[in-house]
Parts: sequence; structure tokens; C-alpha cells
Amino acid sequence: MIAAQNLVKTFGTVTAVNGVSFDVPAGEIFAFLGPNGAGKTTTIQMLTTLLTPTSGSVRIDGLDPRTHSHDVRRRFGIVFQDPSLDGELTAYENMDLHGVLYHVPRRTRVERIERLLTLFELWDRRDSVVKQFSGGMKRRLEIARGLLHTPKVLFLDEPTLGLDPQSRNQLWTHVKHLNETEGVTVFLTTHYMDEAERVAQRIAIIDHGTIVAQGTADELKQQTQTTSLEGAFLALTGSTIRDERADAADQMRQVAKMWRR
Amino acid sequence: MRAIYILWLRELKRYSRSRAQIIASLGQPLLYLLALGFGLGPVFEQAGRGSYLQFVAPGVIGMSVLFSSIFSGIGLLWDRQFGFLKETLVAPVPRLHIMIGKTLGGATVSVIQGTMVLVICLLAGFRPSTMATIPLAFTFMVLICIVFAALGTAIGSTLQNMQGFQLIMNFLVMPIYFLSGALFPLTNLPKVLAVITRLDPLTYGIDGLRGAFIGVSTFSVATDLAVLLSLAIAFTVFGAYRFSKIQI
Repeated sequence: MIAAQNLVKTFGTVTAVNGVSFDVPAGEIFAFLGPNGAGKTTTIQMLTTLLTPTSGSVRIDGLDPRTHSHDVRRRFGIVFQDPSLDGELTAYENMDLHGVLYHVPRRTRVERIERLLTLFELWDRRDSVVKQFSGGMKRRLEIARGLLHTPKVLFLDEPTLGLDPQSRNQLWTHVKHLNETEGVTVFLTTHYMDEAERVAQRIAIIDHGTIVAQGTADELKQQTQTTSLEGAFLALTGSTIRDERADAADQMRQVAKMWRR
Repeated sequence: MRAIYILWLRELKRYSRSRAQIIASLGQPLLYLLALGFGLGPVFEQAGRGSYLQFVAPGVIGMSVLFSSIFSGIGLLWDRQFGFLKETLVAPVPRLHIMIGKTLGGATVSVIQGTMVLVICLLAGFRPSTMATIPLAFTFMVLICIVFAALGTAIGSTLQNMQGFQLIMNFLVMPIYFLSGALFPLTNLPKVLAVITRLDPLTYGIDGLRGAFIGVSTFSVATDLAVLLSLAIAFTVFGAYRFSKIQI
């Protein structure tokens, strides 16, 4: 369902992704783990038509995002790592807009919006403008929105960042349910090893833009002779802390903060 | 079609919810109208050109329409920055539809803004020569809006961050305004200025507005319409092209 061959992305002199290959069969939950700045988000952006790879190939359901971007977009849904809500609109309006963009028929849309907003405990605040929401509420809304249409492939880029344990639990239960009942293929990244171990059938570990290991959680533990996935992760990626470069979007966000006092 | 509608509606909702901004954006045209309209009035009259307020009001309306439409396009930068742009870019909707929805939304907001400035002008003493041509004036307003909302989208798609914003403001938006004949008549200009004013798209918008409101224009109304219409098409195609090339 998702196939990448020798994927490379360079920004000027920086190589963010350097020859990544993997293959996710339909119906699988696949976790992509790696330290900050390892190339996880860049890979997702290439898979989801937001970035063009420098070299290498991508296939989503057999289609190339470069030449069939529109058909590829019909097949996936995504929860982004950083915010992508419209703060001036209400929670309900954000959901509705998404539903319209993804061609969810009106009746289904109304029904699902209510169900998802209730599930993530936002229904009472549906008519509040999103910019008044706390960080955790925005995150929940973002996830509820990503689940509004049922795509063939669901990308989750660190979806649980900043969520409380209750919401995390809700999210993964729901994702597993979608995967089992509707056969949705899931591609996720996370920093929480327990989550990856709990939901993912296979795991790839990426560091400095290359995949250093992939397999089931047990295989990774065996390979590194460790007892936990966390141990395996540290054994494979070392224990130094990584810095992410501040990109243009981060800089702009800072300017905006200044402007808005 | 639904996508175009919902994105158009979004622009309107965002506009109607920013009350403070609406009032703030009326300040500048008001200042131009009062300071220049009444300040330069006596000189203008002595030169035998009639009432300056009558002359400058269409220019001030054009200005408010120019500013709000071009900024609605550049508003893409904010969408990019707050992340909402990504949401629309990965949606299974042709980017052309997204761009059209946003442009029409921005244009609608600008027409509303222009109408409010028109009301202020009327309160300040501006008197259109005939009511019959008001629909024509609105046609010109709409065309100006589309031209510059599309141009703004092209710019917003190209700029990566707010740093370029000042540059655009000082070297594009302000010159477009000052060199459009909004503030001075286009007759008897020095050669260089005459050429520059004729290259400025807004010139034809202001000229058309003036023709419709007070029956005085340098070019014929048909010329103004033709130029603006072609520019509206050209800029929309250009804006759509730039928009389709966005990478995050």
C-alpha cells in the first residue's frame, strides 16, 4: 500500500532523508521511530504530496504522488505533527470544512462530526472559536478531524504529542478499531515506545535520514539483545540528544507571536 | 464546487469575526480622504480643476479595495504559518478550486470594505454625478478586487515568510497606489510618469471608478473594462500556477 524505494531529500547542503526504503502492505499498522530531526516528518511529507523527493520513488496504492497527486490525495488522511487548524473558526466549522474538502456526504458528515467530537470530549465546546482552546483540546480536535473521513491510508505524525493518557488511549483504541473493521493502513510516528509496541505490527527505526533497523518489536529486541523496545531504540540510535534546525515556519511563528503580543 | 463555496465562506467568516481589524482598516482611507480632500482642495480649485474631494474619493475607494484584496491574497502566508495551508494542500480538491475559493472570498471581503469606504465618502460630502452608473462602479470594484487578490495569492505562494512582506509593501503595493492616478490627474504629466502610470493596473481601475462615479475619465470606460478584465484573467492564471507549485 505504501512503498518507498531509495528515497532521498536534500535541502541545500542538508540531507534530511538519505536512501530510505520500506514497504507497508495493505491493512498493516507501521510505526516509524527516530530521534528528533531524523527525517520522519520529511518522509511523511514526501509520501503525502507536500514535498517532491530529490530522488527515489514513492508509491501509494500503486500511484506516484508526483504524477498522480490528486488520486493519491483521495486515498489518504493525515494528522500533522504541528497545528493545522483555523483558529478563527469554531471546532464544528473546522470539522465541517474538512468534511466538505474530503467529499464526505452531508448526512454522514453531521453524524460523524457529532460522534467524533463526543468521543474526544469536545462536543460541548463545538461552537467555540478554536483559538480559545488549550493545547490539548486543539490536539484532540486535530485528531478527530483526521478521522472524519475513512481513507485507505492514515498518516499519524506524532499524534499523541501533548495529549493526556485518556485521550491517547481513546486515539489508539479508535485507530486499532478502524484498522480492524475497515482495513485502514496506518503509518505512524511517535516518541512513545509503549504506543508503538502496543499498536504497530512492524516498526522501522530511522536515524540521520537512514533506516537503521526494521521488523517487529520482538525482532528489534532480539537483534539488539535488549529486553524493551526503548532499550533497542537507544542501542540503535545512541544516547546523544539531537537538535532540530529551526525552519522558516518556526521563525515565522515567532514573528507572529511578537505581533500578537 | 462545494470546496470553492466553503473556502469562500471561510474568508467571510474570518472577516466578520475580526471587528477591530475592520474598523482599523477604515482609518487609512478616512485619513487620505479628509487630509488630502480638504487639505489640497483649495489648491486644486485654484488650478481650475473643480472639487478635489470629488476627484479623490474614487481614488480612496480604489485604495481600500487594493489594500484589502492584495492582503487577502498575502494572507496565505498566515495560513502557511498557522498550518492551515497544509490542511487544504493535502485535501483531494484541485488546487485551482482552493485558489478560486480563496480569491473570490478575498474579493468579496474587499468589495464590502470598498462599500463601507464609499459610505464614508458620501458622509464626507462626496456626490456621484448620477446614480445610474453605480452598478458600473461596482463592476470596477469587483474587477480591481479579483486582479489584486489573484496577484496577492501569487505573491503569498512565493514568499516563504513574513520578512518579504515589508518589501512587497514598499516596492509593490505603495507604488501601485501612488502611481495609479488615485491622487492626481493623469493629464499633463512628465513623460516618464505618464508611461509608468499607464503600466500600473490600478490606473485603469481608478479611471473606471472615476468615470462611473463622476463621469470624468482619461481613458474610455470600455478600455478600462477591457484592460482590467484581461488582467483579471492573466493574474488568476498566474496566481493559480504559483499556488499549484507550493511545497511545504
